[in-house]
Amino acid sequence: MTTLTPITIAERPDLTIRARGSRLDAAFRGLALAAGLVVLAVLALIAYSTVDAALPALRAAGLEFVTSDRWAPNAPDGPHLGSLAFVYGTAVVSSIALVLAVPVSVGIALFATEIAPRRLRRWITTAVDLLAAIPSVVYGLWGIAVLAPNITGVYGWMHRTFGDLPVVGALFGPASSGRSFMTAGIVLAIMIVPIITSITREVLVTVPRGEKEAALALGATRWEMIRGAVLPHSFGGTVGATMLGLGRAMGETIAVALVIGSRPQIVANLFATGDAMPAVIVNQFGESSGTFRSALIALGVFLFVLTIVVNFMGRVIVNRVQVRFRGAA
Amino acid sequence: MALVDPPVREPLDLTRARLSTRRRLADRAATAVISLAFVVALVPLVAVVGYVVTRGSGIMSWEFLTSDIPRQYRVDGGGMYPAIVGTLLTTGLAALMAIPLGVLGAIYLNELGRQNRTARAIRFLADVMTGVPSIVMGLFVYTIWVLRFERQSAFAGALALACLMLPIVIRSTEEMLRLVPDELRQGSLALGSHRWRTITSVVLPTALSGIISGAMLAIARAAGETAPLVFTVGLVYSPSWSLSDSSTALSAQIFRNASQPFAGAQDRAFGAALTLIVLVFAFTALSRFVASRLAIKS
Repeated sequence: MTTLTPITIAERPDLTIRARGSRLDAAFRGLALAAGLVVLAVLALIAYSTVDAALPALRAAGLEFVTSDRWAPNAPDGPHLGSLAFVYGTAVVSSIALVLAVPVSVGIALFATEIAPRRLRRWITTAVDLLAAIPSVVYGLWGIAVLAPNITGVYGWMHRTFGDLPVVGALFGPASSGRSFMTAGIVLAIMIVPIITSITREVLVTVPRGEKEAALALGATRWEMIRGAVLPHSFGGTVGATMLGLGRAMGETIAVALVIGSRPQIVANLFATGDAMPAVIVNQFGESSGTFRSALIALGVFLFVLTIVVNFMGRVIVNRVQVRFRGAA
Repeated sequence: MALVDPPVREPLDLTRARLSTRRRLADRAATAVISLAFVVALVPLVAVVGYVVTRGSGIMSWEFLTSDIPRQYRVDGGGMYPAIVGTLLTTGLAALMAIPLGVLGAIYLNELGRQNRTARAIRFLADVMTGVPSIVMGLFVYTIWVLRFERQSAFAGALALACLMLPIVIRSTEEMLRLVPDELRQGSLALGSHRWRTITSVVLPTALSGIISGAMLAIARAAGETAPLVFTVGLVYSPSWSLSDSSTALSAQIFRNASQPFAGAQDRAFGAALTLIVLVFAFTALSRFVASRLAIKS
């Protein structure tokens, strides 16, 4: 009989976290976390440094900064730093852009998801991406060289046709030059179509196939299916996409600076020259100094706050819709 | 008993022809309007690109790409070489700063932090940062860098562009990391690799194409930005490769020349615009190529 010799078991491999190089892992984790925290640091620094540079102007102007529309930084009786005309310009231009861009964007998104033949869909996305890829300064250049000189005729026609209507007639006043709120709004609309389209498209894709097919099976035409199944499902997402487009429109600088005409005034006439917050910053920064420059930075802070509020609301709406239909990310 | 055949009924007519005229017309009209929206969006694309190509190609030449910028607007001719150098320099440096940082940050978000409080806060702030208007980034770098060191420089411009790129890179990289199947991570960890090994040798290579493609889109976007550069890079008329000296950029030159009444300045603006569009489209196309060729095979 052979005796069974017990097999000598090698020492059990140490599989604890410590043995697996926790120090390297911790270092890696620290490095990655630090990179992530850069975002936090930069945002904090943006807020701190710009507010700090804006304080002299805010002290000098006080409440007048948000309540007055008189912008005369070099006036002999001391600087007048009312930002209202610029806020108004930004609001008008962004509104025009949204009114023009949202229906077109929703249309493209519907076309790309429901109507276009499958082979065409990739090309639609490409075209929209190209529209997004063109730099804003090129749109501005095109606006000032092509759009503004050629569109005054259209403005004149609209003034003659709609100018006498009650209430809304005030919007269609006489056109002085091609540079106006309207021109800026049109150029902006072209620029925000891609962002609204792509987000709306993502939302439309989340509409459950079953609901669409159910609508068709009940005998609905394609349009009835879109109206009954697709649009109600994606309304929230479209609103969110609109808000994100608005955020982009408000912050857009160069194209607006080139075509808006740079005259701060609060008038109902959409064909009048005006000015907007980012546009005045970039146009007057070079010639400014002291309190004047500080006031321009204060305008930047104001714009920063406004866009963050709008973007935040848009983001919350889009995220909520996506979580509801696709499950939490 | 005789079997009675069931009465034969006409099959229901379910073709379009039986729809009421109103419903059919509504469907047709809606289809037409929706299709029209796409055409409406194509018009500016074709108009802008077409016009820039026509006007720009008039001045485009080897000389235009390699000559200095004239000091006076009214002068005809001249070139954009200093602006091309400036755009490549600032955008390249910005990419060197923003892409490694952004990829690392995204690794934290998707691989290490996941849904913990820090990660969620960073994710939210990156979204906020995406929405910061580019002109505010310019003002920011102006206050922290140009004011402090009392000089505009290519580096300051790059810093502003990097701030714009960072959140885009973080979010696009995170999306790509999310597509990497968990089985790969588990397999690697089960073989005894460290966390960092798993990430650097399994997760990152798998997502590489997507990360590169996202980074290139961010570069394309940064190359076209003007507002952050106007206050930060300054102005030069001859090429400068130095990071600490003033520079210029194609976008800034377009902006400077666009509102000038002189034909020479206008021509240079369109020449610069054509150069910039070619540059940006090339990067966009490259990004799509990388994305489609090296995509994760699922």
